[in-house]
Amino acid sequence: MAELGAGSLQVGDPAFNYQEREFNERLKRLYPAVNEEETPLPRSWSPKDKYSYIGLSQNNLRVHYKGHGKNHKDAASVRAAHPIPAACGIYYFEVKIVSKGRDGYMGIGLSAQGVNMNRLPGWDKHSYGYHGDDGHSFCSSGTGQPYGPTFTTGDVIGCCVNLINNTCFYTKNGHSLGVAFTDLPPNLYPTVGLQTPGEIVDANFGQHPFVFDIEDYMSEWRAKIHSMIARFPVGERLGEWQAVLHNMVSSYLVHHGYCATAMAFARTTETIIQEEQSSIKNRQRIQKLVLAGRLGEAIDATQELYPGLLERNPNLLFMLKCRQFVEMVNGTDSEVRCFGTRSPKSQNSYPSSPSLSPRHGATNPHLHTTDSPTCSNGVTSKNKSNSKYPGVSSASSSSSSSPSSVNYSESNSTDSTKSQAHSGTSNQETSDSEMEIEAEHYTNGLADASSARIVNGTYKHEEILQTDGHGLGNGLAEDGSTSRQLCGGNLAATERMIQFGRELQALNEQLCRDYGKNPTHKKMLQDAFSLLAYADPWNCPVGQQLDPTQRESICSALNSAILESQNLPKQPPLMLALAQANECVQLMARVRAGSCSFARIDSFLH
Amino acid sequence: MACMLEAPLRISVLSEVTATSRHYVDRLFDPDPQKVLQGVIDMKNAVIGNNKQKANLIVLGAVPRLLYLLQQPSSSLELRTECAVVLGSLAMGTENNIKSLVDCHIIPALLQGLLCQDLCFIEACLRCLRTVFISPVTPVQLLYPDPTVIPHLMSLLSRSQRTQEYITQIFSHCCKTPEHQTILYNHGAIQNIAPLLNSPSYKVQMQALKCFSVLAYENAQVSMTLVNVLVDGELLSQVFVRMMQRDRPIEMQLTAAKCLTYMCRAGAIRTDDTCIVLKTLPCLVRMCSKERLLEERVEGAETLAYLMEPDVELQRIASVTDHLVAMLADYFKYPSSVSAIADIKRLDHDLKHAHELRQAAFKLYASLGANDEDVRKKITETENMMDRIVSGLSESSIKVRLAAVRCLHSLSRSVQQLRTSFHDHAVWKPLMKLLQNAPDEVLVMASSTLCNLLLEFSPSKEPILESGVIELLCSLTQSDSPALRVNGIWALMNMAFQADQKVKVEIVRALGTEQLFRLLSDPDANVLMKTLGLLRNLLSTRPHIDQIMSSHGKQIMQAVTLILEGEHSIEVKEQTLCILANIADGNTAKELIMTNDDMLQKIKSYMGHSNVKLQLAATFCVSNLIWNEEDALPLCLCPGSQERQDKLREMGFVDILHKLTQASDPSLCDSLFLLSSRAKTAMQQYLA
Repeated sequence: MAELGAGSLQVGDPAFNYQEREFNERLKRLYPAVNEEETPLPRSWSPKDKYSYIGLSQNNLRVHYKGHGKNHKDAASVRAAHPIPAACGIYYFEVKIVSKGRDGYMGIGLSAQGVNMNRLPGWDKHSYGYHGDDGHSFCSSGTGQPYGPTFTTGDVIGCCVNLINNTCFYTKNGHSLGVAFTDLPPNLYPTVGLQTPGEIVDANFGQHPFVFDIEDYMSEWRAKIHSMIARFPVGERLGEWQAVLHNMVSSYLVHHGYCATAMAFARTTETIIQEEQSSIKNRQRIQKLVLAGRLGEAIDATQELYPGLLERNPNLLFMLKCRQFVEMVNGTDSEVRCFGTRSPKSQNSYPSSPSLSPRHGATNPHLHTTDSPTCSNGVTSKNKSNSKYPGVSSASSSSSSSPSSVNYSESNSTDSTKSQAHSGTSNQETSDSEMEIEAEHYTNGLADASSARIVNGTYKHEEILQTDGHGLGNGLAEDGSTSRQLCGGNLAATERMIQFGRELQALNEQLCRDYGKNPTHKKMLQDAFSLLAYADPWNCPVGQQLDPTQRESICSALNSAILESQNLPKQPPLMLALAQANECVQLMARVRAGSCSFARIDSFLH
Repeated sequence: MACMLEAPLRISVLSEVTATSRHYVDRLFDPDPQKVLQGVIDMKNAVIGNNKQKANLIVLGAVPRLLYLLQQPSSSLELRTECAVVLGSLAMGTENNIKSLVDCHIIPALLQGLLCQDLCFIEACLRCLRTVFISPVTPVQLLYPDPTVIPHLMSLLSRSQRTQEYITQIFSHCCKTPEHQTILYNHGAIQNIAPLLNSPSYKVQMQALKCFSVLAYENAQVSMTLVNVLVDGELLSQVFVRMMQRDRPIEMQLTAAKCLTYMCRAGAIRTDDTCIVLKTLPCLVRMCSKERLLEERVEGAETLAYLMEPDVELQRIASVTDHLVAMLADYFKYPSSVSAIADIKRLDHDLKHAHELRQAAFKLYASLGANDEDVRKKITETENMMDRIVSGLSESSIKVRLAAVRCLHSLSRSVQQLRTSFHDHAVWKPLMKLLQNAPDEVLVMASSTLCNLLLEFSPSKEPILESGVIELLCSLTQSDSPALRVNGIWALMNMAFQADQKVKVEIVRALGTEQLFRLLSDPDANVLMKTLGLLRNLLSTRPHIDQIMSSHGKQIMQAVTLILEGEHSIEVKEQTLCILANIADGNTAKELIMTNDDMLQKIKSYMGHSNVKLQLAATFCVSNLIWNEEDALPLCLCPGSQERQDKLREMGFVDILHKLTQASDPSLCDSLFLLSSRAKTAMQQYLA
């Protein structure tokens, strides 16, 4: 029995696994916009949604007729297990005629949920089919229209649904036969119908390469949609349009505290920056402290510069303190640093720059769901942080135009429609060189100090960031190295940490009393304290917390809070726009606008 | 009065204009080279986009001076370059400008300039040359007289993207004949241009692609080489396939499809190759769709027609691809009634392309229906198809008429269509009209179609006969073109098949025996065959045989003798023997053979010929000679039969017949079996 044969395909069967993987990859490539958790793709015929005269085999891909086949009353159909998701944009499946049986009365097409299965596709309302015996197309009607050639044993018939213009065309042996149906309703299921004994057909929902070059057809539509987007009129007030774009770039730079670049950009584009320069620098300083893991100083600075802010945001304060505790474990925070033999000021396991260029695209698909942009400076590997020597990195950091860096500062660009430009050209001299630091030339901060090219001089006076040129005392970032010890290995520091932990615990209790229980806080605290349970906190199940990249979320939360307190937007408009665009595309899929498949945001972000 | 007032005014305006133009020209003659340079630069700025200024400067003789400065070795490189730029700008004007430039021998001067080392100067020269050569008024052979030019151009291909673009563009416009193709091929055009297909510049890619399309067109040598060329490790055909991807610019898709089409037609790629069946053909069908520009649709349809002309499988596939047959019907809807009202510009555009569209559609229909009966049926069932063909036959544009008649010819190969739609729409009427006064190429197609319409089962045969077609066909047999002579005589042959005595007499009378015999000595074997066929059809049924032989017997017998004695193919001789057999079938006509001993000897010898077909025909002839005139009556009962029998026996025919019945193994093959049975029948006459 074929069913048994199919069932015997074990998961462990390597050939089967390979096929399955290939199948999944093909579907992912063909329909990248489909979220299969929301709208699963058709992958086989439904053993439930079929007429009794239909038999299924071979993983529910083979359909055979098992009725009497006396007349049209014996017709039988089967639908795929799922309807075609609109987010496919263009959907395609093929059916191979294994045997035309007695008369070859076979219909291939589409039907909506609930359409009578004791019929061939096309005969009823919301049902569409192309029939092999006469080559006619049936559009919700018992009488067909001349459409294409007849088909029989050995032929491969394809059915393509275009969800952008709601049309359908068929293919025969790889040749397009032209449009068969227009104005199709949504949520159609691939459907086949048979009517006489011996008729057998096999479906290919992407399990195998298609005979027809559907990807070529898709590429045409992708190009169409892209050019439609590119040509979309932005109205006659082009000047304002440009100003809007300038403001978006400028506000993004300001938000993340790229002070010098923002100033340079504003100068070239003649835009005005709302926030005062000193305020930007303050924020920048605080961000740097957070990213350097010096939370204690960051909290102090915040309290000094923005009195009352943290008092009004106890949750934020708690988060900061939790982080401070983690950094103490890490040995980075100045409260434990001061116990060390080396200069506390020199310790910096993080680049001194708030390199907050957020990552776009696939890695952050749910950008819009968090209330602050997920910031990442592109550092994915903590191992890298100390791998470069000052000499090397200073060279790379001084050349501010890294090819991989995302930089929104092409101020001299006249092409205002390009909201994102590659790293600047003319303004590279004036831009804050530290900003551009990316994974490739990621330094531990020493480089910047030893380099004479801190062009905007923002930190020249800030001795806290001045480092002794050879202060490679921060062993923390040297992943897995033996030099890494709890609180830098200092006993007094460890005591201070434990002391701090108690204070933290007290704060939590205080908060619980004032505001009620907060499971998030509890979890945070638990995680932080768990670090102490391990001999080597860096290599433990909760060790992830010690990763410097973990500072980014708290950093942006603090930044947003400060901005909010100054009555400035807590998110930069650019990120809002991006998140909105992303949301729109997902919304398009939900409202069945097929073109969303070819309007991917990531294909516009370079 | 008004005129008198205006005239002097106009002159003064004109003189003012020429005065400023003259100033530019005068500055070219300044003794100070620096001032000359400034003068040329100012001239450059003055002529850009100003056709009037360009014409003025040419009239005032700026061109020879610029050419002089360009060629002068003492001129600075900067000056020479600026001169080339100005000349290039002048060439961008009207066709008259180009003519003037060519008349001033600008081409050799610029080609000479290419020998300079300076890239800027070379590029300026090439740009100007390109502009001159792409103009339809420039004779392309001007590129070829100097044999060093092409190799030098090839060597310049490596200099820059601009040189690549201009040179390939020059090549693709100047390659018009097989000789040109050979010259370019021999100078390594393929190897030099192939890498440019992967150029980062779209313009270079496109021009290189166009080059390959003109090089490969009807050229087996080039095409065979092309299939084996690798570009960055990829086969050229695959590069072309990539360029046909649906997200590529239409121009690129179309030109790549042309390249593959030409390679296929030249025999370098099989018609069942996937790159043709699954890529080129669908791409060309797409080019015919309503979404494409009118020019693209014309080019797409013509290329597709050419691609599938010889291959029935491609015709079948195309006929079901994307509703092509219905899609083509749209080609006849220009200018549409909407465009006339909507805007004049569009109407003008539509009008300009309407003829082109129609002829392209007819060509494609002709190709589609060339071989497959089902496809023909589908075409004739397209809305108003036959009406469109009928009106196409009488259109003013010769191209449309030719294409329409080609289409009709294609469809006329269908017995069913001849019987139905052809008759219903009386297509013979416009066809006859077309035959009255048309250029040869139209005549060939039209007369060929007429041949089919004159087939015995065609209901159009009668009305055509009544329209006095015989004279017309007879005049065709006197044409210088072999194709027309064949068609003329072929049509007469079809007409004479099972025709009335009246028609046959009319054919013989109209053609005249003299012309008939001239055709029997025609150098074209096809003409000879069809003439013999005509004779054979004329000489059928006894009364007709006797009547024609009584009036023209002598000449016909002479002609038959001549052909049997001459150097001719087996088919010709067989046909001739069949004519003899027909003559032998006549009552009185028989005697013409019986009294001709020489002819009897010939027949005898053909009975012993090594070729069975000839043996069969000769035996057939003898059998008819013996056979009784009153069909069923045995030979012995008829007057005169005994004499014939005796004479044939005397000449040894009986022995040969006997041998044939013995020697031929009936099982060998059909014709041998036929032969022996035929001999046996003849023998039986004797036995009776």
